[in-house]
Amino acid sequence: MEQPRIGVFICHCGKNIAGIVDVKKVAQEVAKLPGVVYVEDYVYMCSDPGQQKIIEAIKKENLNAVVVAACTPSLHYETFAKAVEAGGLSRYKYEMACIREHSSWVHFDKKKATEKAIRIVAAAVAKVSKNKVYKPITGKVVRKALIIGGGIAGMTAALDLANAGIPVILVEKSPTIGGKMAMLSETFPTLDCAQCILTPKMAEVARHPNIKIYTLSEVIDVEGCIGNYRVKILKHPRKVDPDLCRLCSFCERVCPVKVPNEFDRGLSMRKAIYIPFPQAVPSAYVVDSEHCTKCGLCLKVCPVNAINLDEKEEIIEEEVGAIIVATGYDLYPGEKLKEYGYGVYEDVIDSLQFERLLSASGPTKGKILRPSDGKPVKRIVFIQCAGSRDENHLPYCSKICCMYTAKHALMFKEQVPDGEATIFYIDIRAAGKGYEEFVKRVQEEFQVNYIRGRISKVYRDINGDLVAIGVDTLSGQRITVRADLIVLALGIVPKLNPDLASKLKVPIDQYGFAQEVHPKLRPVEVATGGVFICGAVQGPKDISETVTQASATAAKALELLGKEYIVREPLIAEVDRDLCNGCRICLTVCPYGAIEMVESKAKVNELLCEGCGACNASCPVGAIQLRNYTDEQLHLVVKAVLRGVT
Amino acid sequence: MMWEPRIVAFFCKWCAGSAADLAGVSRMQYPANIIPVIVPCTGRISPRAIIEAFLNGADGVLIGGCHTPNDCHYMAGNFKAFKRVYLLKKMLKQFGIEPERLRIEWISATESQKLVRVTKEFVSQIRELGPLMGGSDGEA
Repeated sequence: MEQPRIGVFICHCGKNIAGIVDVKKVAQEVAKLPGVVYVEDYVYMCSDPGQQKIIEAIKKENLNAVVVAACTPSLHYETFAKAVEAGGLSRYKYEMACIREHSSWVHFDKKKATEKAIRIVAAAVAKVSKNKVYKPITGKVVRKALIIGGGIAGMTAALDLANAGIPVILVEKSPTIGGKMAMLSETFPTLDCAQCILTPKMAEVARHPNIKIYTLSEVIDVEGCIGNYRVKILKHPRKVDPDLCRLCSFCERVCPVKVPNEFDRGLSMRKAIYIPFPQAVPSAYVVDSEHCTKCGLCLKVCPVNAINLDEKEEIIEEEVGAIIVATGYDLYPGEKLKEYGYGVYEDVIDSLQFERLLSASGPTKGKILRPSDGKPVKRIVFIQCAGSRDENHLPYCSKICCMYTAKHALMFKEQVPDGEATIFYIDIRAAGKGYEEFVKRVQEEFQVNYIRGRISKVYRDINGDLVAIGVDTLSGQRITVRADLIVLALGIVPKLNPDLASKLKVPIDQYGFAQEVHPKLRPVEVATGGVFICGAVQGPKDISETVTQASATAAKALELLGKEYIVREPLIAEVDRDLCNGCRICLTVCPYGAIEMVESKAKVNELLCEGCGACNASCPVGAIQLRNYTDEQLHLVVKAVLRGVT
Repeated sequence: MMWEPRIVAFFCKWCAGSAADLAGVSRMQYPANIIPVIVPCTGRISPRAIIEAFLNGADGVLIGGCHTPNDCHYMAGNFKAFKRVYLLKKMLKQFGIEPERLRIEWISATESQKLVRVTKEFVSQIRELGPLMGGSDGEA
């Protein structure tokens, strides 16, 4: 190894450093350090003349390493790295010593601050003396995206990417794309019909040449790293060939098996061979393998022989460069809210069931009828925050319930003008363009009765009426309301299989929502490169926010997939194969699964490793080392900061 | 000359390290006995590095990382550091070193005030414990 010829450049930062730290003393002391051959101080090292001093000194003094003692590296690391490179030296042979934020700005005592600055510079000198030059790591990018979840979020991202010319694989667990939005009647605050704005998009996704849809499918395995993921998709059998099926419905008519229809959330029945809803994509029937008795009646009546009851599941492998997770949400299980009688009384329903009652294609063709006896509803009670903002259930706010409950009440009053609608709320949260105005309209124009308070109990009295007991917290009065139908605005819970999350290395928060890198500045990225999140899986949000976020993930994915190669920082872990004894401890501590065993020795995947150094700290024989922060360097740094102390 | 405690502070660059930067930008004051060593992650700090600090004259070692459970930039480096510190404290006791000389704290990038509080507390705690190896002159 060549002898270190280190140059140290000390910045005064005007008076910011030099006003407290005795820069000349630092220069004097630092010059005595082993390997240091050149020391210079200057009033503003980051200025052009300052940078020029570095460039010239590297050439003139034949320096092979540089330390700049100045401000924090987060401010000027890049500035000086460019100067060092302009001098003909690798940026990996340069370190910054932070003597402003970590010394002159936090201490009044000049002597102590100077002494501390010397220790900080000495540490940087010790470290840089052992730094090596590395080449940036490059990896090829597979120009293809995987989107998990075919709701409005996944569809939007798929269309954005496909229109930009990126091939997209859209994986959806249920038999059709469309997600929860397909179940809705109208959308707030404009009261657009959900189906009317959604189904054209579904059709567009279906016929887009760049989009490949896998329904009834799940991602079961993910390997690889940013730009190059290999995924395994488990495709459950549809048992009906979507290319042949002509939706004649003969099969459905003869099928003897009846089960509750999940699309209507149990408010209607369907057969074991069925189509979720008429506009489903792919436009074909599907066999419910769980309930099908294989009686074979459908086979006999199908005019095009589209049905194959023996179709098996298959595993499909795909290579993609980016992955977008858009798995959406579920409603909080109403059964857990025992006081409201959900699941006990048929006329206590959840908000999605009420959407189905309102929908023209729903079980009642849009008429608001009681599920128990099919009679029209005259008195309706909505309970907001059912599960949300409740320590015993979901501590967070589900965000969309205030708005959709207002919409529900409006639509009820439109259909039953002489009816009585009561909403129990804790607070009205209507932040959004046109939202507050919408709620005001519902309250004033439609005379919906808003009561601030919670329902403590729902029961059925001897007359068969549902009775809700609660408190009006504004007047302090106890309140009893009789109702024909009670609608619970159940909270939103994320729908993200923890197993899938761990395979994708998507961190999840305490409630199970996918965790973004930064809530403000990097809202759709996760810690794993090349994986993005959008929609309600990241947090409760309405359709407009979901669509915005979905387009954001498409833009982020495009940023990655637009490149042929990705370049990564080479300061990662490295294994000395002669030292490695194959104990596999590093495999267990690596948070990125970046270490694999090759011929019984550890090997670091350069594209997966993020350079945290956890493996380095855990290796019992010191075989795995973090580049340019090896054990040797860390120990030298520790000795340097403690120099002169015995 | 009066003895001054010498403390090595391993700060991860994402949270505690940024808090130290912020303390500087906000011109907060804390004892100069604290010498920061910035590491990528608290999970990088091997027990050996901590022992090296004590062997080379540190009277105390402070570790500052990201809050558990979710703040760690590398997912769970903070937990790894926590476990190592927990075990190492037990070993330090057997070596005859007071376990209180080793302290781990979660300090987010915005918690410069916590950083100042913790460093002040720790310095006075170490001051009470006295020098680890017979005392140093505190000179560079």
